[in-house]
Amino acid sequence: MGVYRRFHFFVKQTIFFVMSEPISSTSKHTVTQKSSVSVLFAGDSGDGMQLTGTQFANTVAVYGADLNTFPNFPSEIRAPAGTISGVSGFQLQFGSKPVYTPGARFDVMVAMNAAALKANLKDLHRGGIIIACVEGFDEKNLKLSGYPEGANPLEDETLSNYIVFQIPVLQLTREALRESGLSTKEIDRCKNMFVLGVLYWLYSLPIDVTTEMLNTKFGKNSTIAEANIKAIKAGYFFGDETEMFANLGRFDISPAKQHGTYRRVTGNEACAIGLTAAAMKAGLKLFLGSYPITPATEILQTLAKFKKFGVKTFQAEDEIAGVITSIGAAYGGALAATNTSGPGLALKTEALGLAVILELPLVVINVQRGGPSTGLPTKPEQSDLMMAMYGRHGDAPMPIVSASSPVDCFYATYEAARIAVEHMTPVMCLTDGYLALSSEPWKVETGENLPEIKTGIMPERQADEPPFLPYKRDERHVRPWAIPGTKGLEHRIGGLEKQHETGNVSHDPDNHELMTRLRAEKIEKIAESIPLQKIDNGPEKGEVLVLGWGSSYGAIKTAVENALGQGLSVSHAHLRYLNPFPKNLGELMANFKKVLIPENNNGQLVHLIRDKYLFAPVSFTKVKGLPFNEMEILEKITDIIKEL
Amino acid sequence: MTDIDITQDARPALTAKDFASDQEPKWCPGCGDHAVLQQLKNVMPDLGMPPEEIVFISGIGCSSRLPYYMATYGVHGIHGRALPMASGLKTARPELSVWVATGDGDALSIGGNHFIHTLRRNLDLNVVLFNNEIYGLTKGQYSPTTKLGLRTVTSPNGVIDHPFNTAALTLGSGGTFFARAMDRDGKYLRSVLHRAAQHKGTSLVEIYQNCPIFNNSAFEAFAGQENKDERTLYVEQDMPLVFGKFRQKGIRLDGSTPVVVDLSKGDISENDLWIHNERDIFKANLLARFFDDPLTVENFLPRPFGVFYVEDRMAYEDALTAQIELAQKSGEGTLEELLKGDSAYNIK
Ligand SMILES: Cc1ncc(C[n+]2csc(CCOP(=O)(O)OP(=O)(O)O)c2C)c(N)n1
Ligand code: SF4
Ligand SMILES: [Mg+2]
Repeated sequence: MGVYRRFHFFVKQTIFFVMSEPISSTSKHTVTQKSSVSVLFAGDSGDGMQLTGTQFANTVAVYGADLNTFPNFPSEIRAPAGTISGVSGFQLQFGSKPVYTPGARFDVMVAMNAAALKANLKDLHRGGIIIACVEGFDEKNLKLSGYPEGANPLEDETLSNYIVFQIPVLQLTREALRESGLSTKEIDRCKNMFVLGVLYWLYSLPIDVTTEMLNTKFGKNSTIAEANIKAIKAGYFFGDETEMFANLGRFDISPAKQHGTYRRVTGNEACAIGLTAAAMKAGLKLFLGSYPITPATEILQTLAKFKKFGVKTFQAEDEIAGVITSIGAAYGGALAATNTSGPGLALKTEALGLAVILELPLVVINVQRGGPSTGLPTKPEQSDLMMAMYGRHGDAPMPIVSASSPVDCFYATYEAARIAVEHMTPVMCLTDGYLALSSEPWKVETGENLPEIKTGIMPERQADEPPFLPYKRDERHVRPWAIPGTKGLEHRIGGLEKQHETGNVSHDPDNHELMTRLRAEKIEKIAESIPLQKIDNGPEKGEVLVLGWGSSYGAIKTAVENALGQGLSVSHAHLRYLNPFPKNLGELMANFKKVLIPENNNGQLVHLIRDKYLFAPVSFTKVKGLPFNEMEILEKITDIIKEL
Repeated sequence: MTDIDITQDARPALTAKDFASDQEPKWCPGCGDHAVLQQLKNVMPDLGMPPEEIVFISGIGCSSRLPYYMATYGVHGIHGRALPMASGLKTARPELSVWVATGDGDALSIGGNHFIHTLRRNLDLNVVLFNNEIYGLTKGQYSPTTKLGLRTVTSPNGVIDHPFNTAALTLGSGGTFFARAMDRDGKYLRSVLHRAAQHKGTSLVEIYQNCPIFNNSAFEAFAGQENKDERTLYVEQDMPLVFGKFRQKGIRLDGSTPVVVDLSKGDISENDLWIHNERDIFKANLLARFFDDPLTVENFLPRPFGVFYVEDRMAYEDALTAQIELAQKSGEGTLEELLKGDSAYNIK
């Protein structure tokens, strides 16, 4: 237990905070140490589960555990209350060791109503804990969630394999807040805080992160803040007093993180910060042209709040205007970006071809979701890789980078911006709906640590100097960036094929062939400046290499760690660069008997690898709108090794 | 264009020639685009800006070739997207003078969505819409402004799509400046372009441009020498709406209905006529509806030219700049502040 740790000492309804004392000394309950635990808060969309989960996550983060969170909410904003489609969930895993996923299955489930239980029970570990809000299992809720007439999972055999705690949350909240001065409706809304209090007690966590938040949000001593805090305390006190938990006792997870300053970010926030940091580091202004689309919108929303950093966001009339305004801004010398998801990317394709031929820097963040068409808008998928690679008319190559964790979204976006600016090209940065909304702690980065970004902006040209050639390339085939306002560099460019060096319109056949080749080579040459592919985990040589990309990082990492623990010959490499591939990728793969490629699509990276390296990797696909979990991957690794 | 601002640059005064690039225009001989290009070059020195601070953006079409012929910065983009390209540039770089060359197909068909949204946003752009009522570059298909009944390669039995009225569309979209001119009215066109440049906000100038190859004489019914005086109306601020070879006709408002009156009889004087007020949106809306085809409508109203409407409304980029300045009142955010965020916590 960390020194930092506060604990709570209860005498009836009063709480005393005592710093730095072991919590076990104050409690009659046993405290079991755990290395990690996965919790799901599930309830109706109206039950405030996102807020409850976020608060629990913030507390765990400040406490110093490592964690990974994932919200799961219904795609309808106002889905019918009490039904399965209205269930909103917030899952997190926290631990005293590094945690890479929100957990394949959860150990604890808070079920505020019958629908929440029904929708999520299959993912609860056998023997897991259920904390059920009894009032959510009344006749009406049971009916709405589709249980047969007369059946109640709290009363029949349904939950015999689990440890169930039935708490009359609503009743206890009402009792605790009887004198709060709030209406019954308002009081009932505090029931999630009661549950949060119980969970804080159960996991020996302090409540002050949440009480501070409530005081800041609603004003210290405001009726609302006080009532919510009272509900938390009531929950906490209930945990301590009730006989219910006598056998279970409490749990404690020691802090994992090293000392330092941290923040918690979601993938979308990290993308926004990454773009802004890249602009600042490059000495440019950031411009984002965008059109709202799930699950990419928070990037626009976050950047819209970054005016203090000089960021300009432009909410366009559609995705076409989103990307085109960005190209205009890029011509004007901004670090220009656009963000979207599948359907929006489809609309941007013509403009991306323009960006390729204009050879202007542009970052395109595509937060992948289930497709085709509107598909599964709120579910993650990795199925736009082919679109990123080939989704333009003509020969129009574009570099692709991908992010592997919420925090990595920062570094991937930053790297995309660096490549765009230094190589004068649009760059695709692939994330997905899972990364976008998941969060994890991030040790605060310093500006000094970030790689330099050198722009090729041309200085003024004097009248006696040779004429300016907008398409004269350097040894990397990169053309200069000549921005309006610079004397002597006036030039006209466009989507028509250009003459080598002068950039004038040219329909010459040989010139077109030359320019097509130069544009392709320019992208290939990026491989010279990116790092070699590393093995993330496991030996350099062995039986199976699990080659992943994107958000499957956590699941693969955990699976390979387990497999290595079992003595299996397996390694993990995770691709940041999907075009061009790192120079050593072929050699690296050749050191293994089999290369396993897990993907949330119908096998797209497999195509690219097979095409380039002329061998057949083992494809492992999952296209359910759900990320991989570590157990599936571990099983697959075991199967392959058995067959060898 | 913003305020006319002569830079401290000690360069000699610029002339139209200084704005001609080294590329030969590739338009057909007799194409109205040549004349418009000339007037744009003529008006450039009026801006008082050096060429490096001027940018021409266009889409695709014959008219969209224009940026190649200007010795300024320029981008020839993709079909229909000139306005968002210009909007992004202007938002990023408010100090530049940004011009847009676009066709009736480019602006009103494939780019129709951008057209209405750009107008309501009101960035300080100067939009020159070359309306030849046809798709020139793709060889003569009808456009969203082609007259009903016209036989083209894609309407062998005559056009059945009702055409757009650009003036009404502009005003309906919340545009803050609308003017109309004709390619052949050189001096007049220049003066209209000058007014457009002076307007702070999106200036939409619709130019009736003849395409002698695919839609010759599209505007002849009221613009031809023999008809022009009786069928066109040149509006001027604070002046009565008078037209005709001998200025013998006028427009009077009968309630809210404009009627053509005969001034030669002596019972109606110019004092009884509609006085043009380009600040009056209601009048501008009526003027926009002077859209009769003289060949098919009896008692038609003359086709108006000139500045219909001007409104002072904060330009989008200025509103954005103001928000940024406010956010930076206590200093610009630093990279370290960005990286730390406002919810950082310490683990001791
Ligand atoms: C996406 C796309 N669709 C279609 C075309 C073909 N196209 C090029 S220009 C044009 C119409 C041009 O008409 P307009 O804008 O009126 O210009 P004009 O040539 O008459 O000056 C069309 C249909 C294209 N270049 N791109
Ligand atoms: S086709 Fe028509 S619009 Fe195009 S250049 Fe020729 S005359 Fe001009
Ligand atoms: Mg046209």
